[in-house]
Amino acid sequence: MTDPTTDTGGSRILGGRPSEATIRTTTTITTVKNTSGAHIELKNVNKVYGDQAVAAVENFSMNVNPGELVMFVGPSGCGKTTTMKMINRIIEPTSGSITVDGREVLSLDPNELRRHIGYVIQQIGLFPHMTIAENISVVPKLLGWSKEKTKNRVDELLSVVQLDPRTFAGRYPKQLSGGQQQRVGVARALAADPPVMLMDEPFGATDPITREKLQVEFLRLQETIGKTIIFVTHDFDEAVRLGDRIAVLSDRSKIEQFDTPANILRAPANDYVASFIGHGAALKRLALIPLHDALLGRAADARGTASVVETDSLRDALDLLVLTGLPAIAVTDAAGRTVASVSVEQISAELGEDSGGLPERSEARS
Amino acid sequence: MTGFDFPGLLAFWGKRSDDILTLVGEHLLVVAIALLLATVIGVGVGLLVWNSPVGRSLAVTSAAVILTIPSLALLAAMIPLFGLGWVPTLIGLTLYSLLPIIRNTVVGLREVSPAIMESATGMGLAPGAVLLRIQLPMAWPVIVTGVRVAAQLTIGIAAIGAYVGGPGLGQMIFQGLSSLGSKNALNYALTGTLCVIILALIVDGLFTLITRYTTSKGLRA
Repeated sequence: MTDPTTDTGGSRILGGRPSEATIRTTTTITTVKNTSGAHIELKNVNKVYGDQAVAAVENFSMNVNPGELVMFVGPSGCGKTTTMKMINRIIEPTSGSITVDGREVLSLDPNELRRHIGYVIQQIGLFPHMTIAENISVVPKLLGWSKEKTKNRVDELLSVVQLDPRTFAGRYPKQLSGGQQQRVGVARALAADPPVMLMDEPFGATDPITREKLQVEFLRLQETIGKTIIFVTHDFDEAVRLGDRIAVLSDRSKIEQFDTPANILRAPANDYVASFIGHGAALKRLALIPLHDALLGRAADARGTASVVETDSLRDALDLLVLTGLPAIAVTDAAGRTVASVSVEQISAELGEDSGGLPERSEARS
Repeated sequence: MTGFDFPGLLAFWGKRSDDILTLVGEHLLVVAIALLLATVIGVGVGLLVWNSPVGRSLAVTSAAVILTIPSLALLAAMIPLFGLGWVPTLIGLTLYSLLPIIRNTVVGLREVSPAIMESATGMGLAPGAVLLRIQLPMAWPVIVTGVRVAAQLTIGIAAIGAYVGGPGLGQMIFQGLSSLGSKNALNYALTGTLCVIILALIVDGLFTLITRYTTSKGLRA
């Protein structure tokens, strides 16, 4: 498998994230994203372990678009990790077909295949006897890159994951903090610029503060690299924050719902999905909507000195409204000028409008 | 039996210093060659059997059985096959060294965490490459410890090699034992024994350095 740099016309509308700047924005929000990702298709994939009567994964079919970040969410043991690991054949499927950019994965040499699929696991698995630079160079070396090219790539990747190459290239994994190791894990997976990344709870072992930081960095990174990513997590909030689409999985890797975070939060397909979302679906939805996407009030309506920036989410605005008790607060642009105001009524209206009427399920729970 | 005479011992050392040094050199050489052979064989066997439950218990048990054979008996048994001299001594020492080396190799290779193995496989390293480029370097400090134990073992056993005409300090000890009552009997035996002990301590110190300089900085505590 060579590096299939798929150009899908250079532009893509992000599923669950802001699509267009709709109102009062002074800056243009770009939805243009370079996609170097591949198309992944799983068709009727099954996995049955040895003598077990029940399949671990049953008849799993899914299409993942190039450059898309798909989250597999489900409880422990539901088969989400097994499903993901069949794509790079860490686990061999019992039957079915898996293609990456049209090529049947099962017909390729597994080692050759894996060199073109980035792989990040929760325990990171950095090689302790190799320096950070050596860890990142493993796949480029396997692919026969020159020393010069490999070194440049290592420096580039360390910068991408915000680690200074001069400081970190020569260090050993044990000299790094957990968060730094996880960044190196991502850099190592990206080393040969693979079109596909498989990530198995990559941020699961880090503390909440580090995790949130890594998530933000990861999103920013994905904006620029546009890989096709399968990301396994049991944390629904993480799925909402990161995913273009979320697949909510139940036993035997059955897809209960596969949709954008906003759609799943607005209209969970069934009780199983609803239970996974947990309480506060409306608040979670608000966190997905930036102020510049919402219909806001006039600047003159703002009260008090509290203000939010238009790139903040409706949830941030609501937080401040509740805290200050004001009827409406100012919304400023990046330069700090007040461009609009926002009130609780407008936030509620946004939820209603977004969902096209009040949904029965989330209504019933709130 | 003559009593202990310290000035006499010193005089003996002065007179026999050349002989003593030659025997120390031989002792060291025979141990070094045996360890080298045992390391190559032991690590090789370890690499072959580490992942097979039957293979590794067979290998470790066989090596353990060898170690239970009294050294005198093993050496004597080799005389009809290999005659006298260096060869039976070398073979005996190599066989005795196998257990700590094989066992530590197997333990070291198996100690590598499943997460590291999985990420290596997931990056497209073939099983052989995972073994040689990831597991072996990570297991190395444990393997060197095995060689170190084997060194302690063989420095002592090598002295018995003199029984089959082997080289080293054993010659001195046996000469002393066989000439009990003569003037220098105690000096011979004492010098041989002391040199074996000192040699063992020096070699052990040497292994601290070997471990240090052949282990990746990333693995050191």
